[in-house]
Amino acid sequence: MSDQKLTLGQELPAREFVITRDSLVRYAGASGDFNPIHYRDDFAQAVGLPGVLAHGMLTMGLAVQVVVDFVGDSGKILDYQVRFTKPVLVDSRDGARVLVSAKVSEIAEDGKSARIDLTAVAKELTVLGKAQVRVKI
Amino acid sequence: MVNPQIEGKIYPRTSSYLVGREKIREFAKAVFSTDPANHDLEAAKALGYKDLIAPPTFAVVIQERSLTTVLADKEAAIDFSRVVHGDQRFIHERPIVAGDELTSELKVASVKTLAGNHMVSFETTIFDQGNKLVCTAISTLVVRGEA
Repeated sequence: MSDQKLTLGQELPAREFVITRDSLVRYAGASGDFNPIHYRDDFAQAVGLPGVLAHGMLTMGLAVQVVVDFVGDSGKILDYQVRFTKPVLVDSRDGARVLVSAKVSEIAEDGKSARIDLTAVAKELTVLGKAQVRVKI
Repeated sequence: MVNPQIEGKIYPRTSSYLVGREKIREFAKAVFSTDPANHDLEAAKALGYKDLIAPPTFAVVIQERSLTTVLADKEAAIDFSRVVHGDQRFIHERPIVAGDELTSELKVASVKTLAGNHMVSFETTIFDQGNKLVCTAISTLVVRGEA
């Protein structure tokens, strides 16, 4: 896939991620972020949250995979930023679905990099803002 | 609730973190990565890397080690139970590769107050064992004000 061409306005194949409580425990272990709001309902409620939330960094980490899938090399991601605009609530039984789409919004003048904007939606709410990836081409 | 005096403060270099191949695989699986270069040594080598490369957000693990120092700093007075992640950025000089020994240095870029909440921005620079910059991680934490 690494020889895929990117053109301005192009939409990359979208991907739907199903985040379950198991995903949160796995991410906690892999990242070292053991904040109990990501796996304990009682704790989340005690601090005034509507329920257990996905780690923002998990949402950020999976969203960029749409670009990685397309360019075929994680090492081509030069710069990646997001704002965490809405939390992703993860139901203990049904989990949460996050749909990530991506669109090429700029090709650098030197033709060596492109900017791709991501949209991540859960329950019809945009959960990442200003989600931009600069990728080497 | 966050001491504004910490703006500009630089926290000392962390001890080194050895990036393990299995840690990369574990992290890659956790972020739903199917990139062979995160999982399969031969695939990574075929792309010209000397070992497995980490997913683009793996640098958060290194950033976290610096942030822990700040959160433990009594002078900073950040109440972790009121902290929400506001934004995050990673600027990569090169991908993180298994075998890297990484250290990081953190600078408090700014402390702002808006509508009773504090916004603290951190710039964490991550270096390899040759002291070359690998990644700059920029993060804003929002510390919610007392209700």
